Amino acid sequence: MVYNYTPKDFKSDQEVRWCPGCGNHAVLSSVQKALVELGIPKEKFAFISGIGCSSRFPYYMDTYGFHSIHGRASVIATGVKTANPELSVWLITGDGDALAIGGNHFIHAIRRNIDINIILFNNEIYGLTKGQYSPTSTKGLVTKTSPFGTVEEPFSVGELVVGAKGKFFARTIDTNVSLSTQIYIEAAKHKGTSVIEVLQNCVIFNDGIHDVIAEKEVRDDRTLILKHGQPMIFGKNNDKGLILEGCRKLKVVKLGENGITEKNILVHDALEPSPGIQYMLANMRYPECPVALGVIRSVDGPTYDNAVKEQIEGIQKTAKIKCMDDLLKSGSTWTVG
Amino acid sequence: MSKKSEVIEKEEVVIRFSGDSGDGMQLTGTLFSDTAALFGNDLSTFPDYPAEIRAPQGTVGGVSGFQVHLGHSKINTPGDFSDVLVAMNPAAIKANAKWIKPGGTIIYDKDNFTDKNIEKAGYEKDPILEEKLENYNVIAAPVSSMVKEALKDFGLDPKSVLRTKNMFALGMVYWLFDRKLKYTEDYFVKKFRNKPGMAEANKAALRAGYYYAETIEALNPTYKILPAQIAKGTYRNINGNSATAWGFIAAAEKAGLELFIGSYPITPATGILEELAARKDLGVKSFQAEDEIAGICTSLGASFAGDLAVTSTSGPGLALKSEAIGLAVMAELPIVIVNVQRGGPSTGLPTKTEQADLMQALYGRNGECPVIVIASSTPSDCFHFAFEAARIALEHMTPVLLLSDSYLANGTEPWKIPEMKDLPKINPPYADKTEIPFLPYKRDNEKLTRSWAIPGTVGMEHRIGGLEKTVKGTVSYTPENHEQMVRLRAEKVDRVVNEIPDLEVYGAKSGDLLVVGWGGSYGYLITAVGELQDEGHEVSLVNFNYINPLPGNVKDIFRSFKKIVVCELNMGQFANYLRIKHQEFSYEQINKVQGLPFTVNDIKEKCIKILEDK
Repeated sequence: MVYNYTPKDFKSDQEVRWCPGCGNHAVLSSVQKALVELGIPKEKFAFISGIGCSSRFPYYMDTYGFHSIHGRASVIATGVKTANPELSVWLITGDGDALAIGGNHFIHAIRRNIDINIILFNNEIYGLTKGQYSPTSTKGLVTKTSPFGTVEEPFSVGELVVGAKGKFFARTIDTNVSLSTQIYIEAAKHKGTSVIEVLQNCVIFNDGIHDVIAEKEVRDDRTLILKHGQPMIFGKNNDKGLILEGCRKLKVVKLGENGITEKNILVHDALEPSPGIQYMLANMRYPECPVALGVIRSVDGPTYDNAVKEQIEGIQKTAKIKCMDDLLKSGSTWTVG
Repeated sequence: MSKKSEVIEKEEVVIRFSGDSGDGMQLTGTLFSDTAALFGNDLSTFPDYPAEIRAPQGTVGGVSGFQVHLGHSKINTPGDFSDVLVAMNPAAIKANAKWIKPGGTIIYDKDNFTDKNIEKAGYEKDPILEEKLENYNVIAAPVSSMVKEALKDFGLDPKSVLRTKNMFALGMVYWLFDRKLKYTEDYFVKKFRNKPGMAEANKAALRAGYYYAETIEALNPTYKILPAQIAKGTYRNINGNSATAWGFIAAAEKAGLELFIGSYPITPATGILEELAARKDLGVKSFQAEDEIAGICTSLGASFAGDLAVTSTSGPGLALKSEAIGLAVMAELPIVIVNVQRGGPSTGLPTKTEQADLMQALYGRNGECPVIVIASSTPSDCFHFAFEAARIALEHMTPVLLLSDSYLANGTEPWKIPEMKDLPKINPPYADKTEIPFLPYKRDNEKLTRSWAIPGTVGMEHRIGGLEKTVKGTVSYTPENHEQMVRLRAEKVDRVVNEIPDLEVYGAKSGDLLVVGWGGSYGYLITAVGELQDEGHEVSLVNFNYINPLPGNVKDIFRSFKKIVVCELNMGQFANYLRIKHQEFSYEQINKVQGLPFTVNDIKEKCIKILEDK
């Protein structure tokens, strides 16, 4: 079925209230562009969010939407998808919402591999409460609740996803609308929990946190856009690549130097079930390595919602109890009078 | 006094009626346990019959048993070992010998211990000796010949006469535990309405057994019991948790919806999740969540997506679910939260019963956050109130909090099976095409409910959520809008009063004392009040199942009594609630917080004291 939607069809009549310059605007636009491409009727989309700046997202989408409570969006979304597997369920969350208050639900949604798409806006700060550190804030970050710098280690989203037996992990930057759109389309097509980490800029409380890799002049040299089946080559001049050093470490090399050619460069395999290299890719940090973008891991596996459906259908095929009256009269009963 | 005249005082007793499939042991056990339940004993029953419809007569495989465990304190199991075994044939001894408490009482029909039957059961000569039961309190009663003698003038055929053997045995057990016969006799009259001769014959057999036991002084009585009367119909044993679970399945069927339960295991509510998890044949989607919050939130998601959604928990879990209940109130989505109360606060007494979560249920959320609160009052009426909770949730687009308790959850009682055709259809207010463009908070004028537009419905896309909204669903912080919405949400709940039954008075409509209870204390209160009435006191009972909103006729009832006493297993939460809702009356209290149900004597003594205080 072809639907002649344009991104505008997914815009609600609500005024978008994010701060001017906030990265969320670009994410909204990328998602609206992606939905157009999916061939799914509008009424089948449900956008679920928790609490935080990004969680206002559903109000701006002309789809079914549920703005819920802090940290719980992934369980609300799980309920929606289990109740109706035919819906395309999208979860909008942030680093605080998904990884702090909602950390438990986040890992369990991933473990179950419920077929939902999680867009995790990572700005490494609490924006809506006006600037406190988050579970992804770099160690030492000075914020209102860490005036002398944080003393705790941050989470790496990709690492957490892999650790929770995640099957799909991608990363993008808010400003890169075309890459983001492509990733959202791939995430939607993937059956199972898809986690997309969006490196998103909070223009007010953590402005420029991703600039070191995201700025136009440097981004080609400091990020690697992964494509399945393609060598891991990056750089303004496409002259850098990754090799595996001693099986355990990724290393940046320069093509043409020390006899390195394209043949020596690792080829990205997003479909590989064993997450070793994907895990290393997800954890690459600048300046040692470029930050990996694109679909890092995309592995098929049974989904929770489908398993529930199939189990019920299988049991119902041979079940003796077909309705409530059957159940009421089943087992040990006796009649009086 | 005979040698067996000592009083054996026990808090609990297990009795097993055991015989051939055709000996009527299920009915015997039912009559006994019903009588005990009405008395107010806690009880648990275990019917145990052969898989075969017609198992070979007289064999161990054909033994049908009915075990009743009753006592003054909480009984959680049907009991492993029985204090009293009623064995109608040798096979019943064979099947149960190792399950009798050392020194327990064995009543058997010695007329049925023929060589043939002894051999069939796998014994050589004397089952009692062969099982080394000779030092037990063994009562070899000539049941068959005694009923033949007792019924010789009734003109019945020999088969019909022998069919009353079980009633002779029951009569003996009634004497053993000092139970009255009246309700059982009334039951005969009802059952044999068209055969008065049979009613009389059974009565005679019952009495013959009772007097026989008295004559031989089998044991001194330890308990008193009020007889019970049971209506015609098909019965099954059911506990509160299963009945609750089944009530939800029934509601889903009547609403034409799929049932979703998101829950986290917690004592004593786990049985509801387990029961529903087993019902995949009826399409139940059960989700064992990673925590209590996930339990309710998956349910809320399922509700948003158009399922009948429920979640089950106990007090500590209810605390964790509070925020999500608030979201359900704000989003105006149907969901039932079952709280099987246990002793609190905190982890408290997880396996014990209490009614101390009432205030939590009514008010335990941030903001002005009214929900419907309903309480079940017997193990089997958990079915009805679960159905009601679901009906109200769906038809009024609101969360409903259903209160059960540990006592109801684990207690079993015989339950007359309803027929689905007799249950009302449930009609959620689905949005129809005339409502496009859909306004999520536009209300029905009468009930004030919003319409339910389920994701997947063409043209009804809309957003809801925890932020305050206008009718259109737009986020609004306008002071006037907020107050209006707060009032509308409260009024919506209040108007449910129009759809709930009036409060029923047990006893006279006026008098010296009105005993007020709610939820699971019903069994004890009705018995105590019944006995007080029998003793000539002008006492009546009301037991609330609908807590918020309260039934509409409360004031009319309360004003006709000189005194009102509120009895509950907490420090006075319902009494305080009534003080808020009906300030014009003054309330006395009977409270107990021991993790145990009331006792009938407790209630009676305290009521008498209140009656005597001038």
